[in-house]
Amino acid sequence: MRRSISAQIATPTLTLTINGSPISVAQGTSVAAALLQAGVAARTSVSGEPRNPLCAMGVCMECCATVNGVKHVRTCQVTAHPGMEVVTE
Amino acid sequence: MTCIDVVVIGAGPAGMAAAVAAAQYGVDVCLIDDNAKCGGQIWRGHQDQSVEHPREDRFAQLQRALERSGVELRSRTRVVALPAPGLLRIETETAYEDIRYRRLILATGARERFLPFSGWTLQGVMGAGGLQAMVKAGLPIDGKRVVLSGSGPLLLAVAANLANRGARVLGIFEQARFAQIAKFGLQLLGYPGKLREGAAFRAATRSAPYRTGSWVVRTHGDHSLQSVTISVNGIARTIQCDYLGCGFHLVPNLELPRLLQCEIQSGYVCVNEIQETSVKGIYCAGEPTGVGGLEKALCEGEIAGLVCAGQSASHLIEQRNRYLRFSRQLDRTFTPRPELDQLSAPDTFVCRCEDVTRGTLDSMRSWREAKLHSRCGMGPCQGRICGPATEFLFGWNSEHPRPPVFPARVSTLASLVETNIAES
Repeated sequence: MRRSISAQIATPTLTLTINGSPISVAQGTSVAAALLQAGVAARTSVSGEPRNPLCAMGVCMECCATVNGVKHVRTCQVTAHPGMEVVTE
Repeated sequence: MTCIDVVVIGAGPAGMAAAVAAAQYGVDVCLIDDNAKCGGQIWRGHQDQSVEHPREDRFAQLQRALERSGVELRSRTRVVALPAPGLLRIETETAYEDIRYRRLILATGARERFLPFSGWTLQGVMGAGGLQAMVKAGLPIDGKRVVLSGSGPLLLAVAANLANRGARVLGIFEQARFAQIAKFGLQLLGYPGKLREGAAFRAATRSAPYRTGSWVVRTHGDHSLQSVTISVNGIARTIQCDYLGCGFHLVPNLELPRLLQCEIQSGYVCVNEIQETSVKGIYCAGEPTGVGGLEKALCEGEIAGLVCAGQSASHLIEQRNRYLRFSRQLDRTFTPRPELDQLSAPDTFVCRCEDVTRGTLDSMRSWREAKLHSRCGMGPCQGRICGPATEFLFGWNSEHPRPPVFPARVSTLASLVETNIAES
């Protein structure tokens, strides 16, 4: 059977917090990917819908969240670091 | 403030090629990019991969050349405004700055065209390129069920990439008609490199059906995606999946060229033989002059870089014209069909920033009216997503953008007012 790339490489992990809850992700993971992995919406839309990234390249602004106290950060453009505190908007 | 000979905006293939080409002739070059790493979207995540044959890898070659070139690289930096002619206001995570240029090369790339459909805001639904970018940024995809829909060669590229990473690609649904795709396939015979690339993508996704005349009608799921309904040549079928990647070919990023008053025709920046725009001293390379992919971007970037360093680029012009013709063929093949207008219901959000529905917009007569009365296009993406959608749905042309072209900090904007007063 063909083995996938991701199955072959055991990447070291790191832990960040999303709305206070710790989550472990592979090193090099973007904050947007960590949010999606955790099943947490990055932001709530003006009419109350949960949203996650659409473009994943810094254009759509759907992934904006508060990172280490800085508001409206495009989380798809930021790599997760150990101990990083992410609060959804 | 020192004046930089050549400022390049965008560090994708076009911008990297431009910067390297100019710097080798000793001119000062500054390369500005929004991302943390060079490579643009096409080489996103490429920086972290170990490359089998670095000498043959074009990204590795360019990256090495860039490191040796003395180009000043400013990553995580965005141009937000133009305080005065020849002056750019740039913003980083913590600060802002003005830089002055003699010549400017715009290599701002492209983004996916998104068309609204019922349930496109559900968690698990992304652009096709968006899904690939997320996977490159660490989203686990091994064993996940993926459906790709929309239009353009990017769908095949994404399918191949995700399949190689262990995803189960359940189908690739292309909106263009079979006849269009067949014609395009014949034209590809004139571009053997592209043909080989396409064949390799298809080989990597042999088990996934590729259907033309097909599109996503709606998604299903309460909190996250559970399934999608696809129309395949008019027959609806529902597929259970974890992710849907949906994008309708690409649209160029024209905010900066527009702000700089560069002439735009049929959705692309007008350039002459040496990539110069209608504004003297401002050049443009890559997707903004015609969505044509990697080779076109590299070639145009090199031309612009050479010309800005006072060198001849005549040896590259024939090649560039060939890639330009290819880009026009891409556009003709992958233009969204009028029927796709029916995918959004009255309650479907068209503007995702401000949650403006199709029903609300149906009563509007222009982009301006929609902005003023519904706030469509007034949110943080500034119409980057809904602009191309409303252009398709209603034929509206987005108006001339106003600075700041990206949301900026108050401190950046406040001092902009001071600069304007000082310059006037």
